[in-house]
Amino acid sequence: MKIVVPVKRVVDFNVKVRVKPDGSGIDLQNVKMAMNPFDEIAVEEALRQKEAGKASEVVLVSVGPAQAAETIRTGLAMGADRGILVKVDGPVEPLGVAKVLKAIVAAEQPGLVILGKQAIDDDSNQTGQMLAALLGWPQGTFASKVVIDGASAAVTREVDGGHETIALKLPAIVTADLRLNEPRYASLPNIMKAKKKPIEEKTPADLGVDVAPRLKVIKTGEPPARRAGAKVASVAELVGKLKEAGVI
Amino acid sequence: MTTLLIAEHDNASLKEPTARALTAAAELGGAVHVLVAGTNCAGAAEAAAKLAGVAKVLKADDASLAHELAEPLAALIVSLAPAYDALVAPATTSGKNVMPRVAALLDVMQVSEIIKVVSPDTFERPIYAGNAIETVQSSDAKKVITVRASAFKAAGEGGSAPVETVAVASAGDLSSWSGAEIAKSERPELTAARIVISGGRAFASAENFKRYLEPIADKLGAAIGASRAAVDAGYAPNDFQVGQTGKVVAPDLYIACGISGAIQHLAGMKDAKVIVAINKDPDAPIFQVADFGLVGDLFQLLPELEAALPART
Repeated sequence: MKIVVPVKRVVDFNVKVRVKPDGSGIDLQNVKMAMNPFDEIAVEEALRQKEAGKASEVVLVSVGPAQAAETIRTGLAMGADRGILVKVDGPVEPLGVAKVLKAIVAAEQPGLVILGKQAIDDDSNQTGQMLAALLGWPQGTFASKVVIDGASAAVTREVDGGHETIALKLPAIVTADLRLNEPRYASLPNIMKAKKKPIEEKTPADLGVDVAPRLKVIKTGEPPARRAGAKVASVAELVGKLKEAGVI
Repeated sequence: MTTLLIAEHDNASLKEPTARALTAAAELGGAVHVLVAGTNCAGAAEAAAKLAGVAKVLKADDASLAHELAEPLAALIVSLAPAYDALVAPATTSGKNVMPRVAALLDVMQVSEIIKVVSPDTFERPIYAGNAIETVQSSDAKKVITVRASAFKAAGEGGSAPVETVAVASAGDLSSWSGAEIAKSERPELTAARIVISGGRAFASAENFKRYLEPIADKLGAAIGASRAAVDAGYAPNDFQVGQTGKVVAPDLYIACGISGAIQHLAGMKDAKVIVAINKDPDAPIFQVADFGLVGDLFQLLPELEAALPART
């Protein structure tokens, strides 16, 4: 069984982004980029399934600019086998990405697609569910555990009240939550090896997919600022202030 | 126009995010119908009928809908979609799970976690962990929207909408539910609580987390939350997590104890009315958003705080 893992190039999670003063978007000049952290967890999960003998090959796909090849390379250094870069300049929405991935899945025929549950830039949390819909596959979102057993997968999900476990008939879609695993660091020899692994390039047009955005971004603004208040010296003073503020 | 709101409920009653998402749904300007999909869900359907501003309740009662599995629930919503201009759900784990599936089946780009309705096709939503707010306009004929419940006031009661039963088509068997571990708690639900007290890695153990936070939570009638670090370390269960990828809360009072204030955590709580930070590191970023900061050792200050609080009446 093959596992496909889509990976997205995003602003590194440690960077505090700045909104452009003219409201036209986020300032991405000279900002450190990295693989979306949830996608790293998805790559790790695919590798663990392969190491456990449940999968034969791990294929990474990125939909994005030429530099997204670096993101694929990061996953190849972790241990994935090969990559596919679907080159798009400019923003692609989850629906467009899901359509691209559907075409990739049609060609690759994986038994499982593992995605990060959301990208930390647009925070949409949609792509995995949309891909499942377009393929007519079952979905196990927000996974904290995945057990593959023959033709089905048991997926434990993080839900609002705790956890639940569902069984999915393969092929299926899984989206990774934070506690699914802790991604490995790539070793130096594996980073060297990754340079020789193949990355195939395609365009949405090659795949017959229209990725034109459906949402128009009218403005990107700063959130309402919160100013630091005062330090209090003691618990008694704190309780006094909270009573004054009417919150206790 | 007419809007279909997908209710979040436990079959017997509605959950708080439903009434909040109703406020957003009503702001779209059309009549709002509420879909209550579940098993033996008459109680929840009756509760939905009483919400002010609901024109009609659709009750879908079927064994396949018992556990909010995405596949049958999405199929049901899609079967109802032709009669609606907008499909809205609160951005709970259930709403986040099912709505993108619905959107893709309808070839619609969903607008996730809106915090404001600017006009029927234009919305504000946070991106980059809430460090920017995007105003987006949808060009899709039908809108599919999830609502960040904490950004909207709950609609009140006073309605008396008719309840109509809708047919549920055969669901297929792509997925099945095996079991759940859902925490039972006497405390208020995290996203609906008026006061939230949260703990971070500084508690150093699950025992300390309970021992120092629970008595204060009990006195304040507060819900307990946690930072990702505390959850990852096993001090608190996953459903306590507040942050970009956990729960987003906007209580009247948020007390962050031993939480440094990573941007991912701030994303989940910075809309609280009053923020208190208790941390031994005077330079912790949490103090930059706190209205009141107290620097010192948790294990000394929290028992003091508990003693100083009035007994709960």
